[in-house]
Amino acid sequence: MSSLDVTTDAARRPFPGRRARLGDLVLQGSAGIAALGALVLVGLIAWKVVQGARLSISTFGLGFVTHVGWDPVHLKFGAGSFLFGTAVTSIAALILATPIALGIALFLSELAPRGLRGPITALVETLAAIPSVVIGLWGLIVLAPILRDHVDPALHSALGFIPLFGPPGSYGSNVFTAIVVLTIMILPIIASISRELFLSVPSELKEGALGLGTTRWEMVRGVAFPYARGGVAAAMILGFGRAIGEAIAVGLTIGSATAINANLFKPGSTLAAMIANNYQGASSGLELSSLIYLALILLVFSILVNLLAQWIVRRAARRQGLMAR
Amino acid sequence: MRTGDLSVLQRPNDRLRRRRVANRGMELLAWLAAAVAVFFLGVVVWSVAQRGASQLSFDFLTKPQQASGGFGPLNVKQGLANAFAGSFVIVGLATAMALPFGILIAIYVNEFASRLVRSAVGLTLDVLNGVPAIVIGFFVFGLIVVAHGQSAYAGAFALAVIMLPLVARSTIEVLALVPDSLREAALAVGAPRWRTTLGIVLPQTIGGVLTGATLAVARVAGETAPLLFTSSLVATGTHWNPSQALQTVPVAIFELSDSADPADHARAWAAALVLILFILFASLGARWLATRSRRKIARAAG
Amino acid sequence: MSQMKEEPVSASSTIEHAVRVEMKRQPLPPRERLEQVFDIQDLTAIYGSKPALKNVSMQAYKNLVTAVIGPSGCGKSTFIRCLNRMNDLVPSFRQTGTIRYHGQDIAAKDVDPVAVRRMIGMVFQRANPFPKSIHDNVAWGLKVLGMKDNLSERVERALTQAALWDEVKDRLKASALSLSGGQQQRLCIARAIAVEPDVVLMDEPASALDPIATQAIEQLLHELKTEYSFVIVTHNMQQAARVADMTAFFSISRGEEGERWGELIEYDATEKIFTAPSDKRTEDYVTGRFG
Repeated sequence: MSSLDVTTDAARRPFPGRRARLGDLVLQGSAGIAALGALVLVGLIAWKVVQGARLSISTFGLGFVTHVGWDPVHLKFGAGSFLFGTAVTSIAALILATPIALGIALFLSELAPRGLRGPITALVETLAAIPSVVIGLWGLIVLAPILRDHVDPALHSALGFIPLFGPPGSYGSNVFTAIVVLTIMILPIIASISRELFLSVPSELKEGALGLGTTRWEMVRGVAFPYARGGVAAAMILGFGRAIGEAIAVGLTIGSATAINANLFKPGSTLAAMIANNYQGASSGLELSSLIYLALILLVFSILVNLLAQWIVRRAARRQGLMAR
Repeated sequence: MRTGDLSVLQRPNDRLRRRRVANRGMELLAWLAAAVAVFFLGVVVWSVAQRGASQLSFDFLTKPQQASGGFGPLNVKQGLANAFAGSFVIVGLATAMALPFGILIAIYVNEFASRLVRSAVGLTLDVLNGVPAIVIGFFVFGLIVVAHGQSAYAGAFALAVIMLPLVARSTIEVLALVPDSLREAALAVGAPRWRTTLGIVLPQTIGGVLTGATLAVARVAGETAPLLFTSSLVATGTHWNPSQALQTVPVAIFELSDSADPADHARAWAAALVLILFILFASLGARWLATRSRRKIARAAG
Repeated sequence: MSQMKEEPVSASSTIEHAVRVEMKRQPLPPRERLEQVFDIQDLTAIYGSKPALKNVSMQAYKNLVTAVIGPSGCGKSTFIRCLNRMNDLVPSFRQTGTIRYHGQDIAAKDVDPVAVRRMIGMVFQRANPFPKSIHDNVAWGLKVLGMKDNLSERVERALTQAALWDEVKDRLKASALSLSGGQQQRLCIARAIAVEPDVVLMDEPASALDPIATQAIEQLLHELKTEYSFVIVTHNMQQAARVADMTAFFSISRGEEGERWGELIEYDATEKIFTAPSDKRTEDYVTGRFG
C-alpha cells in the first residue's frame, strides 16, 4: 500500500463533528467554572465574614480596632489589645527566627558536607510539617514549665531593667512562651525558601568573588546575599503571615488576657488566639459578632501581608530580569 | 602587596587573620543554627514519642472516648477510635472535594486561560492560601453551620478550602512540565482538545498530582482551627455518618490538652504521636512519589 | 614569505604571519634569565575517579603572556584553575604534584586558598560582573581586602588600565549589567587587577566576544604584561600566536580501556611552537590537521 492510499483513506473519513466540539466545550466550561469558583470562593469568604461581623461593626464602627478591653458583661468589645498582641508576638518571632533561618539556609547551601545536606533539609521540612496543635501541646506541657521555672526568672534578673522583661508571673503560659513557639513554627518556612534562593545564586557570580581572594563569608555577604535579598524579604513576610494567623499553638500557650501589657512574662492574647479560645463560650450575639469582627481584621491583615510578599517577589524578579541579561 | 609580599602565604598578616577568624565565626554560627533546628525537632518528637508511646495500645486505637465529666474509674480503657474514624472520614471527604476542583482549575489555567486570567487565578490561589485557617473556619460556620448545624461535611468543606490552593498549584506546576510537543502531536493526529487534555496530558501528571494531594492531606490532617467551628460538638461513641459532627484527632488533642486531668494529657500525647506518624508517613510517601514521577519524566525525555 | 611562492594560504602560514609581524614581537631573553612565576612539577588532576590531567610539568615566567592551547577536553581549564586553587570548589576534585609559586608550593593542603587567590587573580570565560554598579564592582574587592585608601583613585586606575575608564567615567553608578559584553569583560579585568595581583589567569577571556571586543582585550594583554604576568587559555590558535610569548600545547591521550586525559605535549616560545614544533602532535594541531 502506498502512502498515497493511506492519505486518501483518511481524507475520506468524515471530520470529527459536533460531538468532539461538545467535549471541548464541556471541559473548558467545567474547568472555567472551577476557576471562577475559586474567585467566587474568596469573595464569599470575605462576604460571609463581613456579614457575621456586621452587628459588631454597626455597634462599634472603626473605633473597635483601637479600643482596648473585652467586657462581655457590659458589652464593650475592642480589638486593640489583640492587635497589639498579634503585632508583638509575630514581630518578635520574626526577629528571632530570621537570623537562625538564614544560618540554616547558608549551612545547607554552602557549608554542610555533602552527606549532611539531604538529611538536614529533610529534618527542617519535617519541622514544618508538625501540626500546630502538637507544637501547642508541647509548648503548653513541656516548654512552658521550663520557661517559667528557669528561663523567665533568669531573663528577668539579667535584663529586668527593660520593661519587656518584667517580673514573671506564676503561669508558664505567657507572651514569651507564645513567641518561642511561633519562632519554632516559622523557622522552617523562612529557612527552606532562603535555602533555595541561595542555591540559585549563579556559581559564576560566586566564583567571580572568590577569585578575588575573598573568604566564603565575604562572598556571601557581598554577592550571594544581595542577589537573594528580594526573595529572602518575601520569605520573611510569608513567615510573618503564618505567625499572625496562628491560632491554635498560640492559643494554647499565651494564656488569656485582654489588657495591654509590656511585660512579656505575663499572659496576653492575639487576634487568632482570642477567636479560637473564646468562640465556644461567647455569651451574646454581640460578643460572637465581635469575635467575627476580629476575624475580619485578621483577614484584612493577612491578605495585605500576602499581597506585600507577592509585590516584593515581583519587584525583585523584575530587577533580577533587568540584571541578569 | 605584590611579588615581594608572597610571605602572606606563609605568615598571614593581621588583616588576613582577622578575616579568617570572621569567616570561621560565621561558619560556626551557621552550624549552630542548623543544630538549633535539629534540636527543636528532636525535642518535640522525643516528647511526643516518650509520653505518647506508653498509652498506645490496641484499645486506644479501637475504643472511643467516654463521655467527659463522668466519674469513671481512673484506669478505664478509653481510646480515641472516634477521633481516628472522624478524621479519616473528614480528610477523605475533603480530598474528594478538593482534588477534582483543584485539577479542573489547573487544567483551565494551563490549557485554556489567557495571561490575564492566569494571573488573576494565580493571585486568587495565593490569597486563598494566605487566609488563616481560623478565618476559613468562621466562613464555613457562617455558610453552613449557622443554618444546618455542625457536620462532618461542613468540616470537610473547610479542609477542602485549605487544600484547594495546594492541590491546584502543584497540579499547575506538573501540567506545565508536560512538553507542548506532546499536545501538538495529539492534536495533529486529529484528536479534539478535550481528549488530548484528559487522555494524553493528564495521565502524564498523575505522579505529580498524587504528590501534591498527599502533601495537602499531610497538611490538613493536623488542622484544628476550622474544625473547632464545624465539627466539634460531637456525640459519644464512634460514628461514621458524615451528616453529623464527628470527632477528629487534632480537635481531640486540643480539648484533651485543655483539661486538668493528667490522664487526658497522656491521651493527648498518644494522639499526637499517631498524628505525627501519619503525617511523616504521608510526607515520605509524597517524596517517594515525587522521586518516582521525576524519574519517569527523565526517562521519557530520554 | 610564502606569498612569493604562490602557495595557497594555509592556517599555519597565517599564524606564521601573525607570529612574526603582528605584535611587534620582542625577542625573548634566554630562559635562564627569566624570573619564574610558576614551577609546576608532575601535576595530576582527578575528578572523582576520572583523571583530567596527568603529569604536567612546565614553568611560567614573569611579565610574559603564557598561552595554553589544545583541543576541547584536553584539560586546559582544569589546568589553569589549579593555579589559583579554584578547583577546590569542586567536591570530587583531587590533585597530586606540586605547583611552586615563587618557590612555595601552593597546592599543599595547608596553604590557604584565600591568600593564593589574592596574588593570582582570574578572569572567566563569560563576563560575570556583580549585580552592583560599575564603581562598586571594582571597589568591592578593594574594600574587602583592606585597600580602602585612595579608593576612587584605585578604581580609576584599574578602569584606565582595562581601557574602560573613558567609556564609563560619567556613569560609574550605573549597573554593571547595562554594559555590553565586551565592556563587561573589561570591567571584570579591571576588577581583577584593581586588587593588584601578581599573576592574572584568563580562561578563554574573549571566546564570548565579537572580533572588535576581542582585539581590545588582546591589546590590553600586550600593555599590561609590563605589570602583571598572564596565563591564558585559548582555543583560538591565531589569538595565541598574536598575544603569547610562551605557548603550551596540551592534547588528549587515550588509555587502553578508553579513558581519556590531558597531557602537556610541548611548551616553548610561541614562535617555535607555531613555526618549528618539535613534536609531531603539536605540528598536526598547529597546522590544522586535527583538533
